[in-house]
Amino acid sequence: MKRWLVWLPLCAFGIIVAVIAWGLWQPADRTVRSALVGRPLPDFVLPAIAPGKPGLTSADFRQGSPRLLNVFASWCVPCVAEAPQLLTLKAAGVPIDAIAIKDTPGDVSAFLRRNGDPYARVGADAHSRVQLALGSSGVPETFVVDGKGVIRAQHVGDIRAEDVPQLLQALADAK
Amino acid sequence: MTAETGLAALWLAAALAALQVLLGVLALRRDMPQAVGAIRAVAIVQGALAAIAMAALINAFLDTDLSVALVVANSHSMKPWLYKFAGAWGNHEGSMLLWVTILGVAGAAVAKFEHRLAQPTLVATLAAQAAIALGFYAFLLFASNPFARLNPAPADGAGLNPLLQDLGLAFHPPTLYAGYVGLSVAFSFAVGALVTRDVGPAFARAMRPWVLAAWIFLTLGITAGSYWAYYELGWGGWWFWDPVENASLMPWLAATALLHSVTVLATRDGLRAWTVMLAVVAFSMSMIGTFLVRSGILTSVHAFAVDPRRGAFILVLLLLYIGGALALFGARVGTVRQGKLFEPFSREGSLVANNLLLTVILGIVLIGTFYPIIAGAFDIQLSVGPPFFDSTAGPIALLLVAVMAVGPLLRWRRDEAEALIQRSFPAIAAALFAGVGVFLLGGPIGVLPLAGVALAAGLAVASVAPLAKRNLARAPLHLWGMVIAHLGIAVSLAGMAISTAYTQETLLAVGVGDPARIAGYTVRLEGVRPLVSDNWSALEGRLAVTDDGGARFVLRPQVRYFTTPVTTTNESAIATMWNGQLYTVLGALGDDGRWQLRLWWKPFVTLIWLGGAMIAIGGALSLVGHQYRLWRTKQRAEAFA
Repeated sequence: MKRWLVWLPLCAFGIIVAVIAWGLWQPADRTVRSALVGRPLPDFVLPAIAPGKPGLTSADFRQGSPRLLNVFASWCVPCVAEAPQLLTLKAAGVPIDAIAIKDTPGDVSAFLRRNGDPYARVGADAHSRVQLALGSSGVPETFVVDGKGVIRAQHVGDIRAEDVPQLLQALADAK
Repeated sequence: MTAETGLAALWLAAALAALQVLLGVLALRRDMPQAVGAIRAVAIVQGALAAIAMAALINAFLDTDLSVALVVANSHSMKPWLYKFAGAWGNHEGSMLLWVTILGVAGAAVAKFEHRLAQPTLVATLAAQAAIALGFYAFLLFASNPFARLNPAPADGAGLNPLLQDLGLAFHPPTLYAGYVGLSVAFSFAVGALVTRDVGPAFARAMRPWVLAAWIFLTLGITAGSYWAYYELGWGGWWFWDPVENASLMPWLAATALLHSVTVLATRDGLRAWTVMLAVVAFSMSMIGTFLVRSGILTSVHAFAVDPRRGAFILVLLLLYIGGALALFGARVGTVRQGKLFEPFSREGSLVANNLLLTVILGIVLIGTFYPIIAGAFDIQLSVGPPFFDSTAGPIALLLVAVMAVGPLLRWRRDEAEALIQRSFPAIAAALFAGVGVFLLGGPIGVLPLAGVALAAGLAVASVAPLAKRNLARAPLHLWGMVIAHLGIAVSLAGMAISTAYTQETLLAVGVGDPARIAGYTVRLEGVRPLVSDNWSALEGRLAVTDDGGARFVLRPQVRYFTTPVTTTNESAIATMWNGQLYTVLGALGDDGRWQLRLWWKPFVTLIWLGGAMIAIGGALSLVGHQYRLWRTKQRAEAFA
């Protein structure tokens, strides 16, 4: 065994301790925020999953006007809770696209039948790859994307009635 | 009164641990053989005192002694007695006391039973064990006193996290802790051997039963924890790569590697430095695991809220013990003489490969677990989840399985490739047969599950191969142990691969009487009725299930409401069939009067835990086998004398 190699574990341990110490003295912010706010959407092409609706690609967000990107799943209970607010936003003229996480066409169409359908396009992300690329940590999450495909804001968790004005404001700011 | 008894016992135990360290240093410095008897006695009394402190805390919980702050915060007079009992360690202070109790008792057991180790090494080992205990006593006494009084005493306690009110939890942490702390003994042995420059086969033989016992407990703890999460959390998964799950997996990986390298050192006198290194790493992982859970820097269902002062205290302990041991390793390993050499293509060689692969997996899990914190240091918030671990650790774990299949078929010292291929022909045939069969008949299931099924079949055949052409009744017990443990890995792997590939899942809203279909079963919600128990009330769904063969049975998933503290949990109802489990969860009542119902069909998922149990049983057989052989050799020697 090479002489310096025997000190390697100690160095690795030193790094771990430094990291822990740093984590310990940080004020804890438990919400996972995407690092992508202010940056363009990662490129993706997702197949269609909802009947009669096209799938979703990152190019769809570069059409000149801001849109909402909603990450949801038919198996997600808070997604049911936020459905009325998405319908309100749609009624206010906001175009909304969606990514369905780990879902099946049957479940998605049943979900939309039950809870209303605010979406223009729905892409299927069967293995959460695009979700992870977006820096999203759970469902539901909603991104405000401007007309050039740049993420301008992120909403973690379900959209409550009181969040709607903020989202409308963010969309106005993105114009 | 019991709280004061416990606190007094804790102080005395701490004092004795300090004495034990002092005696150890004196005995080694001044070369005083008469100190050996004293240090043994002190270690035994210290362990007994720690046990008395733990008993006092359990007693306070059983009596719901509301003048003790910890009982008030975590228990309630209305709680069933079993959960009062488990409540003693279902919280931060109590679990730390349990930890140090097991540490003390393990040290006492070393002092009482260990007669094979050279005396100076034994003294150094007991001193190291006491030094670890001393740090944790200090932590309890100065930062987390479990016996603190509350004045005035409130009318009743606050309860216990309802998720933790489960039979599994009464025994899951003690099992895991026995594993963690068992590794502290291996750590102390390694430190002792480094101090006295006595790393050799005798040291390995003395250490092996401790490693084996700790590993059995860890295996049981992880298996039980996985099943507990599966049926209690109601999300239908059996492994989530949660930081706390990783905290138990990392010591297990290190202990598995150690178990194999210590065998090479004990029987072939190879891998000396590496074995010592692994012993240090394995316990380091236990401590880091404890730290992760207790410090609250990572969020998890398991993490109890803890203030940063306690985190800082444990961090200092980590620095002292692990940093100290690694520094000692760096300074002394040069004096560990090289052991016997061997050809790379041999049983030893395959064990080295096993060790390296386990270490790589350990590294991946470690990096994945800590990466969010490291990224956080650069203001990047992210989480590392199953996709990362599955795609990185998965393939390496499968490679490890392949090495595992081949290893026991190799000869010690050196072997020929041609002979090996001949010997492993049945295993290769089984793997090909299973792989091609699933590929042709089972539909597209993805590369990893397919490889998993094929390797599981190959490993199963290869595992029993060492028993072929032997008189089964005369095959040594430890050989049976290895065969059963390896077979258990094959069984677990098959369960993971098949259930991952073929699980069916559906979520739907059903009114009373609506039928739902999944995997050949028709599930009909017949009604929902309220239920009341000692400390919770519930809504229980009555699901009538008929399978296509005409068999009928009833499942009763519940939504439970706990009042102290106010919480809702979903109790799954699971029907176990020979070929899998039907897993049902009742959800919320919608505005339209329909209930959310979630159904899973999980084929052969039970194999995962059956395999886990087999691994532990294999370990136990091996432990008994080694000890029996030792006892018989001694008997014979006495008969001849």
